[in-house]
Amino acid sequence: MASLVGSRVERKEDKRLLTGKGRYTADINIANQTYAVFVRSPHARAKIKKVDTSKALKASGVVGILTGEEIAADKIGGLIAGWAIRSEDGSEMKVPANPPLAKDSANFVGEPIAVVFAESLDEAKNAADIVKVDYKVLKGVINTADAMKGEAIHDGIDKNLCYDWLLGDRKAVDEAFSKADKIIKVDLINNRCVPNAMEPRACVVDYNTASEEITLYTTSQNPHLSRLIMSAFGGVAPENKLRVVAPDVGGGFGSKINVYNEEIVCSWASKKIERPIKWVAERTESFLTDTHGRDHVTHAELAVSNDGKFLGFKNETIANLGAYARVFGTVTPTYLFGPCATGVYIIPAAYSNVKAVYTNTAPVDAYRGAGRPEATYTIERLVEKAAMELGIDRTEIRMKNFPTEFPFKQTLIHTVDSGDYVAGLEKAKQMSDYNGFAARRKKSEANGKLRGIGVSSYFEACGIAPSAVVMSLGCGVGLWESSEVRFNPTGQVSVFTGAHSHGQGHDTTFAQIAADELGVTLETVDVVHGDTDKGTFGMGTYGSRSLAVGGIAIVNACRKIVAKGKRVAAKMLEVSEDEINFKDGEFVVTKSNKKKTIGEVAFACYLPGSRDSDFKSPLPEGEEPGLIESSFFDPANFSFPAGSHISEVEIDPDTGEVKVEKYTAVDDFGRIVNPLVVEGQVHGGIAQGIGQALHENTEYDETGQLITASYMDYTMPRADNFPEFNLGFTCTHATTNPLGVKGCGEAGAIASPPAIMNAVIDALDGQEISMPATAEKVWKACKLLKKSNSKAA
Amino acid sequence: MKTFNYHVPKNVKEASKLASTSSAFLAGGMTSVPSMKLGLATYKDIIDIKHIKKLSGIKVSGKTVTIGATTKHAEVANSRDVKKAIPSLTKLAGGIGDAQVRNRGTVGGSIANNDPSACYPSACMALNAIIHTNNRKIEASKFFKGMFETALKKGELIEAVEFQIPVKSNYQKHPNPASRYAIVGVYLAKHKKEVNVAVTGAKSSVYIDKDLSKALSSSFSSSAIDGMKLDSSEMNSDIHASGDFRASLVVTYAKKAVEAC
Ligand SMILES: Cc1cc2nc3c(=O)[nH]c(=O)nc-3n(C[C@H](O)[C@H](O)[C@H](O)COP(=O)(O)OP(=O)(O)OC[C@H]3O[C@@H](n4cnc5c(N)ncnc54)[C@H](O)[C@@H]3O)c2cc1C
Repeated sequence: MASLVGSRVERKEDKRLLTGKGRYTADINIANQTYAVFVRSPHARAKIKKVDTSKALKASGVVGILTGEEIAADKIGGLIAGWAIRSEDGSEMKVPANPPLAKDSANFVGEPIAVVFAESLDEAKNAADIVKVDYKVLKGVINTADAMKGEAIHDGIDKNLCYDWLLGDRKAVDEAFSKADKIIKVDLINNRCVPNAMEPRACVVDYNTASEEITLYTTSQNPHLSRLIMSAFGGVAPENKLRVVAPDVGGGFGSKINVYNEEIVCSWASKKIERPIKWVAERTESFLTDTHGRDHVTHAELAVSNDGKFLGFKNETIANLGAYARVFGTVTPTYLFGPCATGVYIIPAAYSNVKAVYTNTAPVDAYRGAGRPEATYTIERLVEKAAMELGIDRTEIRMKNFPTEFPFKQTLIHTVDSGDYVAGLEKAKQMSDYNGFAARRKKSEANGKLRGIGVSSYFEACGIAPSAVVMSLGCGVGLWESSEVRFNPTGQVSVFTGAHSHGQGHDTTFAQIAADELGVTLETVDVVHGDTDKGTFGMGTYGSRSLAVGGIAIVNACRKIVAKGKRVAAKMLEVSEDEINFKDGEFVVTKSNKKKTIGEVAFACYLPGSRDSDFKSPLPEGEEPGLIESSFFDPANFSFPAGSHISEVEIDPDTGEVKVEKYTAVDDFGRIVNPLVVEGQVHGGIAQGIGQALHENTEYDETGQLITASYMDYTMPRADNFPEFNLGFTCTHATTNPLGVKGCGEAGAIASPPAIMNAVIDALDGQEISMPATAEKVWKACKLLKKSNSKAA
Repeated sequence: MKTFNYHVPKNVKEASKLASTSSAFLAGGMTSVPSMKLGLATYKDIIDIKHIKKLSGIKVSGKTVTIGATTKHAEVANSRDVKKAIPSLTKLAGGIGDAQVRNRGTVGGSIANNDPSACYPSACMALNAIIHTNNRKIEASKFFKGMFETALKKGELIEAVEFQIPVKSNYQKHPNPASRYAIVGVYLAKHKKEVNVAVTGAKSSVYIDKDLSKALSSSFSSSAIDGMKLDSSEMNSDIHASGDFRASLVVTYAKKAVEAC
C-alpha cells in the first residue's frame, strides 16, 4: 500500500468549505435566542462615572441590560495572562485586573462597558445607542516608545511597566563587544498588525435550565482551553456544566486563542436571563477588540570581526502589551522572542532585554509567528547591514556563522535537534538565481527603476511545547496534546484530537497519518475536533503545534490500537504475538501467511461472546472488549523549522511603489505529511509577512482612536500584491518525535518581513526605512537617495 | 442600520417626487449602504432607481459617448463601443475598486456623491461632460462644487452623462492601497483646441490643473511638464499621503498619462 504521508492529498474539508456548506458560529441559531450588542468605550482612557440604562431598558424589544456592576457582584472573573514572567531584578510581573465588563475605568477604544440583549439585532443596537455612560476622559498613553514616560494607566503599575525582563549575560556581551572590530546597530519598529481573520469573532450561548449546562459555540482556536479558563478563572460554570464548541472557524492567526469578554459575558448572562444569546462581531469591533500582533520598538547591536564572524548580540526592546495582559501576551515578547533573536547563527555572547508596557490600545497577543517574526526581523536586519558594512556577500556572511553540527546549542535556551542551514541557503540561492541578480538590477535601472535583493535566514522554536520547559518558564499549563482513536465495530475510525483546525487542514493531514498507521483507507478515517464533549482534553492550535504535538498523540494512540490488535489477532490466529507482523492493515503470521485484517480484528473486539457454547472469545485472557485507545503526548523539545527566503523588489522612485518581483522560500519542516497543505501554509504565511512589511498600517492617533479601523484605510495585501511564490524544501527529520515532523504554520510570516525589507533597503542603497514600507516613505527615501547621489557625483 | 422606507418608483418623475431632505436615491449602494451600516448616514426614505430602464445604457455618437446614470462600472469597462471611442474611459471604469464594486457601483452614483477621491469626476472634467438631469443640463465645470457637494438640487436626478470624445486621452491613478480609490488620479484629454488635465484625489474636489493643462497645450510631451512643482498647500493630507507627496504624484502621473497617449 502506498504511503499517504508525503502525498499531495486534496483537502477533505474543502468540499464543505468551498461550497458554502461550512458551519460557522454565526450560522448557528437557537430557538428563542436573544441578540447581544455591546456598549463600548469610545475613549482610549476614561473613568466611568455612571452607566445609566434606565431609558434603554424601556426601549422596544429589550430583554435585559447588564453592566460591570452586575458582573462584579456575581464574582465573575476577568481575562487572564497565561504566563508569569519575572523581571531581571526577580520581581513578579505586574498585571492589572481585566474585568469582562469595565466597571471603573475604560482603557482602550472598544472596551466593553455594558451589554444589551434584545429580541432582534436592530432593537439591541438601538437600545445600546441610548445606554448613557458618563465618562471622565483622561489623557491616554498611546505610543509604545513613550509609554514608560506617561502617567500610570493602571493603579499601582509604575511607569506602565509590566516587567523588565532579561535573558542572557550582559557581562559576557560587554566583553565580546569590547573585542569586536565593528559594531552594527539598528533601530527598528516592528509594526502592529490587526490579525483580520476572515470570520469575525462570534458566540452563541445556550443555557439548559434543566441540566444547568451552558453550551457555548464560539470562534476559538482552543475550545478545551477556553473552557478551562472560563471555568477556573471566570467562574462561569464548573467544567462539567460547560460545553465549548468551536465549529468551523474562519481563520485565527492567534487572535482566537484568548477567551474574550464577550464569551464570558454571554455565557454568564445566558444563565441569568435564561435565554439563548447570539453575538456576532461587526468588522469594526474586530478591528478594535481582537488582540493585535507585534508592536515592538527595538534597538539591537551585533558585534562582528572584520572577517565577518559574529561575536556578540544585544537586543533592547520595548514591547507594547496594549491595555491588558492576555493569554500569550506576556510570553510572546519574552520567551517566544528573546531566545530566537540570535537567529540561525553561532553568537557566543548574547542577551535580550524586553520591557513590556501597557498603553491605551487594544491588547496585543500572539499573531502568526508570535515573537519569532520580531526576532527574525531584528537579527536579519543586523546581519544584512553587517554584510553591507563589511563588504561581504550577504549569503557568505550567513554561511560563515551557521552552525554545521547538530544538535546545535543556541546561545539563549534552545538546543536545536536537527537542521541543515547551509543546504537551505544554497538551494534558495540556486532556485532564485541569486547570481543573476546583478543583470536583473541593470535591466531595472535601464527602465528607471531601483531593484533590490534581500535574504532572510531563520529558525524558529515551535510545536509548543514541552510542558516541563514551558512551565518552568512561567506557563500556567502544560502544553502537551491528546488524541483518542476509536474503531467502530464495522471498521471505520474516528480520530479525536485536542488540536483545532481553522484553516490548517487537519481533517486531511491527521486522517493521512492515522490511515497510514492503521493501514486503512483515507475515507475510513474521520477527524473530530472542536467540541469539549467529544474526545479528550486538548490545548488547541497555535504555535505550529498541531502536527508536531497533536499529530504525535494520534500516532501513539494508533500504535496502541495496533498493539492491542496484535494481541487479539494472535489469539484469533492461534499463534503467539511475536509470530505476527502488522503491515498495510493486516496482521500476518510470518510463517504461514495466515492473516486477519485490522477491520476483522476490530469487529472481533466488539463481539467477544456468542450463544454458541463452542465459541472461543477472540480476546486473550484479561483483555477488555472494544478497540479505543488514547494518548497524551508531551514532546521532549520544541520543533525547530528553519530555512532561507530570498526576495527581489523593484521600486518606482517617482511613485514610491514597491513591487515584489520574485520570492523564493526554501524551508525545512522535517518530514512533510502533505506537500499541498504545507505549500498552502507557506503561501499564507508569506502573504501575511509581505502584508506586514509593505502594507499593513495599524495607526492610532494621539487620542487613542484607531484610525485604520476599516478596510478603507487598513491595507490588507491582495493577490495582485504578490508574485508567484517559488517554494523549495529541505527535509531533515526532527529527532524528537516519531514522525520526524516540524511545524510549518508560522514560518512564512516569520521569514518574509526581513526578506522583503532587506530587499527594499538594498534597493535604497542601505537607507533604513520602517515597516510598512508604504509608497510615501519609499518615495521620500528615493528623493534623499537622488540628492546624495547627485552630491556624490 | 436604522429602519427606512424602501421605494421602487417606476419612472423618473415618481422618483423625483418621492425625494426629500431625508431621502437618498439608491443606485449601486456602494457608498450609501456602507455609510448607513456604519451609522454615518440615516435616511427616512430610500428610493431605488435601479429599475428605471431609461436610466441605464450606453450610446455612442460621432462626437459623444452618453452613459445612463445607473449604468454599472463593469458595463462601461466591458463596452466595446466605449473602448473604441474613449479607451481611457473603459480603463477608468475597469480600475474602480474591485469586481464586486464594479458590478454594483454606477456612474450617476459616483458623480452625485462627488467623493474627492472618486475617479469619474475627473473624466467628466477632462472630457467636458454634460450632466443630464431630469430638468436641465449641467456642464461638468459647474457641477462639482466641493467635497461631496454638487450642483444637484433636492429631488434632482441624474439621467445620463454625456462625454465629449477627445482626440487622445488617458487616465492614470495612484490607488489608495487599502480602498483602491484614487490617492491621485489624473485624467488627461487632448481635444482639438485644448488639453485638459483633470485631477482627482489631490484636493477637496476634482479640478483642472491649469498649469499642467497650459504646458501640455503648448507642447504635448512629458518633457513639457517634467520637474514642474505644484503648490501643495491646498492638497489633501492624510495617513496615506501628505500634500507634498500628492503634489509630486500629480506631475508624475500626468507625465505617465502623456506617455501613454
Ligand atoms: C471598496 C470600494 C472601492 C471603491 N473604489 C472606487 C474607486 O477606485 N474609484 C471610484 O471612483 N469610486 C470607487 N468607489 C465608489 C463606487 O465606484 C461607486 O461609484 C460609488 O460608491 C457611488 O455609486 P453607487 O452607484 O454605488 O451610488 P449609491 O451608493 O447608490 O449612491 C450614492 C449617492 O449618490 C446619490 N445618487 C445615486 N444615483 C443618483 C442619480 N442618478 N442622481 C442623483 N443622485 C444619485 C444617492 O442619493 C447617494 O446619495 C469605491 C467604492 C467601494 C465600496
